[in-house]
Amino acid sequence: MSEKTTHSEIEVRISNVQGLHARPVMRFVDVASRFASTIRVRKDELDVDAKSPMEMMLLEAVQGTALRLVAEGDDAQQALQALADLVDSKFGED
Amino acid sequence: MPLKRGIGVSSGVVIGDALVLETDEARVPKRFVSEDQIPLEVLLLDTIFESARAEIAREREQFAARGGAELADIFGFHERWLADPKPRKEIANLIESRAFSAAYAISIFMRRYRRRFEDMGTPFLQERAKDVLDIERRLLHHIGGESRNRLEMLEQPVVIVAHDLTPSQLVALERSKRLLGFALDAGGTTSHTAIIAAGLGIPAVVGLEDISANVSSGDTIVVDGLHGVVVINPDTSQRESYAADAEHLEEVRATLDEIRELTAQTEDGTEIELLGNIEFPLEIKDCFKKGAVGIGLYRTEFLFLQDDHLPTEEEQFKVYRQAVTAVGKRPLVIRTMDLGGDKCRPGSGVHENEKNPFLGLRSIRYSLQHLTMFRAQLRAILRASAFGDVRVMFPLISRIMELRQAKFVLSLVMEDLEQEGYEFRGNIPVGVMIETPAAAICTRELARESDFMSIGTNDLIQYTLAVDRTNEKVAQLYTPADPSILRLIRGVVRDAKRCETHISLCGEMAGDPLFTILLVGMGLRTLSMAAGNLPRVKKIIRSVTRVHAERVKRRVMSFETEREVLNYLRDETRKVWSDI
Repeated sequence: MSEKTTHSEIEVRISNVQGLHARPVMRFVDVASRFASTIRVRKDELDVDAKSPMEMMLLEAVQGTALRLVAEGDDAQQALQALADLVDSKFGED
Repeated sequence: MPLKRGIGVSSGVVIGDALVLETDEARVPKRFVSEDQIPLEVLLLDTIFESARAEIAREREQFAARGGAELADIFGFHERWLADPKPRKEIANLIESRAFSAAYAISIFMRRYRRRFEDMGTPFLQERAKDVLDIERRLLHHIGGESRNRLEMLEQPVVIVAHDLTPSQLVALERSKRLLGFALDAGGTTSHTAIIAAGLGIPAVVGLEDISANVSSGDTIVVDGLHGVVVINPDTSQRESYAADAEHLEEVRATLDEIRELTAQTEDGTEIELLGNIEFPLEIKDCFKKGAVGIGLYRTEFLFLQDDHLPTEEEQFKVYRQAVTAVGKRPLVIRTMDLGGDKCRPGSGVHENEKNPFLGLRSIRYSLQHLTMFRAQLRAILRASAFGDVRVMFPLISRIMELRQAKFVLSLVMEDLEQEGYEFRGNIPVGVMIETPAAAICTRELARESDFMSIGTNDLIQYTLAVDRTNEKVAQLYTPADPSILRLIRGVVRDAKRCETHISLCGEMAGDPLFTILLVGMGLRTLSMAAGNLPRVKKIIRSVTRVHAERVKRRVMSFETEREVLNYLRDETRKVWSDI
């Protein structure tokens, strides 16, 4: 566990009813921004910066949409874990 | 005391305090900056984002304190969006690579960004486009916020100095009763803003290029719409001379007021029908106040130039019906949309790649290629025709097939309306604008297939003389007095009369009192013009005889140069009314 991870990937599924609307995007960006790693979110051909509200808004993610999270950096694994938890918690909604 | 020359668009003179509008909410002018200005624009960009972000943060706190957590969250999201370095980076790129001003670069970026959501189509993302629009508005507000706040707080009338004004802004300013006159960097006499200013009789000079950069708010400024001159901080003698001019114009206005109720009839009893040109239904009242007996040209393209969406049939119908109601039993000629050329729908993308838009997809050509839009407009016009004497006119016809196609579309629309049970004027008169040399030369053919025709001199002159009058290098070549133009008009009037098709003239030439005697002499019995020009033209008509006007025409037709024509007409007009 003490070993540094530089690359990490995970798939999450949006489960809250309203999907990835403004408030969840905001929470998502906030959590992502706490980490030093670069974090990308991919869906189909879209590949956006998880720390950029401008880019994150372009994601069309409704309930049930799968997103691929890709992180690079020292805290990549922790970052993805935190984001996956956030998504699984339905962003505190529902 | 710098003096600047531009294009005068109405005959008034005014002296007042200047108010410089930096820019506006609805439209950010396309502006380029010099290379050494670029770092400053990037800095300005940061300032705009930062002040917008700070404002949102304040509002969020206020909402949170009042317990509006949900709204506070929305603001929280906007706040984060504005704090995101990505948009700034992309906008800074636009400034650096294209030398756009910060304001323009922001507007371009936001428009493109917003379109990505609008194009996607699912309700989920369309909702999001609203958020983006909100952010965009806020940013634009911070570009122009300062000047707008000043405008709202105005207590005294001012002279507005700006890069450009939209027609709706102008109308709003006029209604505020605080607008003495205005001076703009942009525009020409045919720009919509200029046309409305002339109609409202507001002294204005346009096409000044850099006036907004040379005047500060609070400067005293003279706007001489008669000579197209603006004087910044005039000295005492200039002030006195302009004040005298203004006073004289006021006296002239008073004498014109006296004939307001009288008919436009020559001394030997030939009646001339004077009509008004409008862009907005609210101008109709002014036309009637100044002596019009109907509306000879209702330009509808303004409806299509508003920023956010295409007007639906229903929206158009409401506006047209409003116009019909205001016109009452008098005639209302509605011209179908004259888009293209210098009048493009912002963001429509349709005309952006045209090398030569005035020779491109404009006006009736545009309509015939955008049938959904065209049909919606015709439906709205027809539905409004149930309420009064509505007539429909097609602009920029250059070949008979265009007229036939347009009439065919009209007949299809009529069939639809009939089946749907709408009422409309089944025999609605159909007119053609004669504003290309081709149409002028083939008047007879067009006359046989139309109920009325109207000569649009602005385009006819530009196409005949091959002159763009907004191009200062050749603008002096643009004149209605050129013998070629006069021969074309004479021919059109003659041919129309032979075919017994009603003919009128609705270009700017109709409203220039210098040409009134000549036009009457040529046989025109209907002239349509901006409201502001009606009293003068009527005054001239009432001061001449038809016989004399015909003599003047014969003499004019013998001249070889526009100089001779103008000098002679000036002399003849002064003989009947020295105050012109």
